Amino acid sequence: MADKIYKGHVGIGEKVSGVALVAKDNFSARYDLNRVKGEFSRKAHKLHGENYVDRILILDNAKGGVASAWMLAEMKSRGMAPAALVLNASNTIMAQGAALANLPFLDRFDADITSVVKTGDRVTVDPEAGTLSIHD
Amino acid sequence: MKLTEYEHAMLAGEFGEPKRLALEQQVKVGRFFDAEDLVEVSQAHIMADTESLGESGVEFLERLAACPEQDRQVVIPTITDPRGVDQCQYKRLKQQQSWAFLELRTVAAMRAMGIMMTDTCINYQTVQAPVMGQHLAFGDTGVVIYSNSVCGARSNFEGGPAALAAGLTGRTPRYGYHLDRCRRGTHLFEIDFEPTDLAEWGALGAIIGRESGSYWTVPVIARPSAEPGSDELKHFGAAMASYGSVPMFHIVGVTPEAPDLKAAFDGAPPAARRITRKDVDDYNASFGLHNEKVDVVVFGAPQLSLIEMRQVAMLLKGRKVHDGTTLLVATNPENKAASDRMGFTETIEASGAIVLSGVCFYQMYAREMGEANNWKRLLTNSAKLCNIITGYGYEPVIAPMDRCVDAAVKGKM
Repeated sequence: MADKIYKGHVGIGEKVSGVALVAKDNFSARYDLNRVKGEFSRKAHKLHGENYVDRILILDNAKGGVASAWMLAEMKSRGMAPAALVLNASNTIMAQGAALANLPFLDRFDADITSVVKTGDRVTVDPEAGTLSIHD
Repeated sequence: MKLTEYEHAMLAGEFGEPKRLALEQQVKVGRFFDAEDLVEVSQAHIMADTESLGESGVEFLERLAACPEQDRQVVIPTITDPRGVDQCQYKRLKQQQSWAFLELRTVAAMRAMGIMMTDTCINYQTVQAPVMGQHLAFGDTGVVIYSNSVCGARSNFEGGPAALAAGLTGRTPRYGYHLDRCRRGTHLFEIDFEPTDLAEWGALGAIIGRESGSYWTVPVIARPSAEPGSDELKHFGAAMASYGSVPMFHIVGVTPEAPDLKAAFDGAPPAARRITRKDVDDYNASFGLHNEKVDVVVFGAPQLSLIEMRQVAMLLKGRKVHDGTTLLVATNPENKAASDRMGFTETIEASGAIVLSGVCFYQMYAREMGEANNWKRLLTNSAKLCNIITGYGYEPVIAPMDRCVDAAVKGKM
């Protein structure tokens, strides 16, 4: 069975597979998450109440201030991070944070990645190749 | 990415583990943003309050600080953004002892790396003003937008780890606002009224930031009738960066890369969006009023200049802050010392207000501090603070400085 492959920009971190958690909404580690419980805590967020730990987290744009840069590493150190973070468009801060955390991170696809991947899909993220594959 | 021989040596660990780690991170970020090479920077500014660092971030800094002295030292002047705790005031604010202790560990680690603890988000007003064309690695978004726009210096938003890496290597990936082509105008705004105080300049920045809306947009403001000063542009830029992630603006005839409209754009300017007083009134009205009670009045975000410290002191002179209300004034250690000397601190504190040094409210574990003090109804003249603080469970309202002080005295608006 052929996988569907979407091409993005070269990313950060190692190749990883997992189950997607997807929404057409933005992402800030500081404002959207309860980082202790590993859940989306901001009520207005489309993933409110969802647990993101070890999921391939797929959202629209990065937002928020500079604090997120430390937070991805902090989450990963406690084993409470997503397996990978995939966005349509990153800002500088999220990329710097992923570099410190060595968290697999990918953006800038040839499609709106939040509409082509569905929550529950099994996907592989390959930052070196800049690809996201959806498995049948 | 093209690296020099020196950079290759750093990456190979010849200058120790901290610099190897730093360069490795910079190469990852550089590749991500298609940087061709690294650019030498002459200063770094690090956001590393303990709320965002967490225990793991503090341990990371301590591991670096435990490396041999010549390996762990920053190689360019490296300064810091506000801290999470003012060691002289934290008990009064019901902040936890454990936070103060974590702060002390952070400060010790950063000092061991040769970092200067300036604890300020207004370094451009107090430590040293950036210069046209100067390449920098600055952290706080308000610092970056002011340095790029008002001073003509060149910096991206560098998060804490990235700014620390720049301090250790003396360079940063050359992408974004280091490049001429990213600094050209993308949106045009016209303002048909004169903002009269800092809160209105902040509101204006908020509206423009929200409408521009991304890291890669540069709003241009057609020549305004008002002549903004440093504090006006500080509030304007900080709000714009906070609402829109915008790192640079031009004001025609005011900022150095926009002597005229033509100079601000490549080619013909886009159609202008007109901003009226009604837009600002609507923005202010969206927060409502605290007619019943004000729990806490905050001046900060960004920290106050010496001029603003004087304004607050003049407004509070001979008056008493209401028993049910707390008035906080946040500045940096330099301006605190100057305010002590000028007598402003004494005047402000005689009213019952609290002067905080080296902190900036929203980085102070604002959620837990608010819960401990029963602070919910917050009043401020900072549009940036209004944007951030709702995420911490507060109900903010914005008003000019004099109305904020009146409300602090009456206990309500």
